[in-house]
Amino acid sequence: MELTGAEIVIHCLAEEGVKFVFGYPGGAVLNIYDEIFKQDKFQHILVRHEQAAVHAADAYARATGQVGVALVTSGPGATNAVTGIATAYMDSIPLVVISGQVPTPAIGMDAFQEVDMVGITRPCVKHNFLVKDVRELATTIKKAFYIASSGRPGPVVVDIPKDVTAHLTTYEYPKSVHLRSYNPVVKGHSGQIKKALKLLLEAKRPMIYAGGGVVLGDAAGQLVKLARKLGYPVTNTLMGLGGYPASDKQFVGMLGMHGTYEANMSMQECDVLLAVGARFDDRVIGNPDHFTSTPRTIIHVDIDPSSISKRVKVDVPIVGNLVDVLTEMNKLLEEGGKPDANALKAWWSQIDGWRSKLCLDYITSDTVIKPQAVIQELWRATKGDAFVTSDVGQHQMWAAQYYGFDKPRRWLNSGGLGTMGVGLPYAMGAQFAFPDAQVACVTGEGSIQMNIQELSTCKQFELPIKIILLNNRYLGMVRQWQEFFYNNRYAESYVEALPDFVKLAEAYGHVGMKIEKPGDVEGAMKEAFGPGLKNRLVFMDFITDQSENVFPMIPNGKGLSEMILAEEL
Amino acid sequence: MKHIISLLMENEAGGLSRVAGLFSARGYNIESLTVAPTEDPTLSRMTLVTSGSDEVIEQIIKQLNKLVDVVKVLDLNEGRHIERELMLVKVKATGAYRDEMKSMADIFRGRIIDVADGTFTIELTGSSSKLDAFLETVDKTAILETVRTGSSGIGRGDRILKV
Repeated sequence: MELTGAEIVIHCLAEEGVKFVFGYPGGAVLNIYDEIFKQDKFQHILVRHEQAAVHAADAYARATGQVGVALVTSGPGATNAVTGIATAYMDSIPLVVISGQVPTPAIGMDAFQEVDMVGITRPCVKHNFLVKDVRELATTIKKAFYIASSGRPGPVVVDIPKDVTAHLTTYEYPKSVHLRSYNPVVKGHSGQIKKALKLLLEAKRPMIYAGGGVVLGDAAGQLVKLARKLGYPVTNTLMGLGGYPASDKQFVGMLGMHGTYEANMSMQECDVLLAVGARFDDRVIGNPDHFTSTPRTIIHVDIDPSSISKRVKVDVPIVGNLVDVLTEMNKLLEEGGKPDANALKAWWSQIDGWRSKLCLDYITSDTVIKPQAVIQELWRATKGDAFVTSDVGQHQMWAAQYYGFDKPRRWLNSGGLGTMGVGLPYAMGAQFAFPDAQVACVTGEGSIQMNIQELSTCKQFELPIKIILLNNRYLGMVRQWQEFFYNNRYAESYVEALPDFVKLAEAYGHVGMKIEKPGDVEGAMKEAFGPGLKNRLVFMDFITDQSENVFPMIPNGKGLSEMILAEEL
Repeated sequence: MKHIISLLMENEAGGLSRVAGLFSARGYNIESLTVAPTEDPTLSRMTLVTSGSDEVIEQIIKQLNKLVDVVKVLDLNEGRHIERELMLVKVKATGAYRDEMKSMADIFRGRIIDVADGTFTIELTGSSSKLDAFLETVDKTAILETVRTGSSGIGRGDRILKV
């Protein structure tokens, strides 16, 4: 059967079981859109800006574990997608982004809407392809899905010139694809796993540090099993939240720049550290020299060899799929071996001492809304079971600190790239994936305006997202740094001329609420998540304390145990 | 320390820029880079000369392996190997220089591959340090032009980099 390139794209996406394609049409992809018009295999979600298309596809992937798909046109469509692609790349999210390209004879001619997409995205994709021959199209798309979803996942760009979408060829979708140059490791080295378990059992002050890899690798179940069996403390990175239940007594909270006192102190003082699907990044361990100045044995399990011994030298590296490695550890543990109970008891009493600092306590108020209280109220209104997306800044940290995530894939945020503007499109992606779930977007008045146009998409598809805007009239995290490190010189961090968000929400056809008093927070939250507004997008503009800061905080370049606590100021 | 890294990658458009881009994006040092297809035209062989601490070299190898198009990577410095570079040098060959350049080329086992009225072009092959030694030995004012390929390397004996 001979098909055009455009028809092949549709067939391939259907073969991959794609349910949603987030995109925006344009000249170079008109043939593909014409075929989208004729098909019913998947739903196309028309966004209002290509960046949001990629973010929404990214969130769909984060929430479901399936590969997210975005479709954009050449030139500006492609460049608008780049922030979304880089965001997904930094957080290892499986994405296939199809971009249109000018016809092959026009490539290099500075044609209208031409940009070297393969060149522009090279540093922020797992891999990319320019398909110059329609006969290679189906295999290339197959490879793209395979590469995006295997090994350490990541975004893959497939750039398709317009003439290729019109050319005809015999269509056959390969069942599987093999690349001699790409063979991601699956099984961890069994000798290393044995050695790791032995070290863990001999530990006096053990610690489990679990990152986003646990969530992405669907290894939360095995991690919980291992941790409970050992009885060791567990901390999650920002990306790992939900990978270990926050309500569990062994959970010591998030670690890092805004991690809990107990998590950071345990991390610094432990003698054997099991790092799982985490990468010791700068926001997690702060200054690596300070971190390594305390001796400890580090076991590091990760699917990506280049993540191991990158910032911190590791003693026992284990490269492999987290589920497989943790399953093998659990199996070995069942065969025998027990931790040192006395040492563990002493270690927990030390940790409980750190816990008693109650580092997340904040001064409550009945005159001004405290942002932390809004997040706690959100938790109560949703029984801790919502999909929570955030943008980037103070509100992101408060959401991470005060919304205890008990399940993986419920917390969607841009951890690596720190992209303001992801919150609303992330909520869209999650809501499309789970239409009946409660989806909350925790945002700031700076971030929300970076993709505010998506309120229109939300109206078109009647997405009942709840937007929790923590409005402090400042780019809060910037303001916090300026207060601490720039002697209160608030350069360009005060946001003047904010829109009336209630009217704005209404203009887009949604429900708007402005909440100014602490006493109104609970009622508003209940109303928004209540049956009356179940099918509506509710935009909640919480006017919060302007001077509130995120604590604890490790100043840039300092070590884990050098936190600033709220009580110290 | 200087390392010679050999790699085999799919002979596809953009392969070179993936490697070069990796080095610039991650701030790795790159002293020279040579690339050409192998006897199997679907593969390219690249030789990279770089330098850095053991940790940096370890990361470079890992990051190169992570590139989807890269089939195999070998740090030649991990074993016995041979390094060769080709240099073409155009030198003054007037008066006394004419004999001197001829004898220098002989000493370094070079060949004069072009003879003109006032110039010789000498072809020299060897390790990069040998080529450096030649340039240091001859009178600098006599050197008119040099062109070097960058090092190529291969393992000794049965150390073979092949798919």
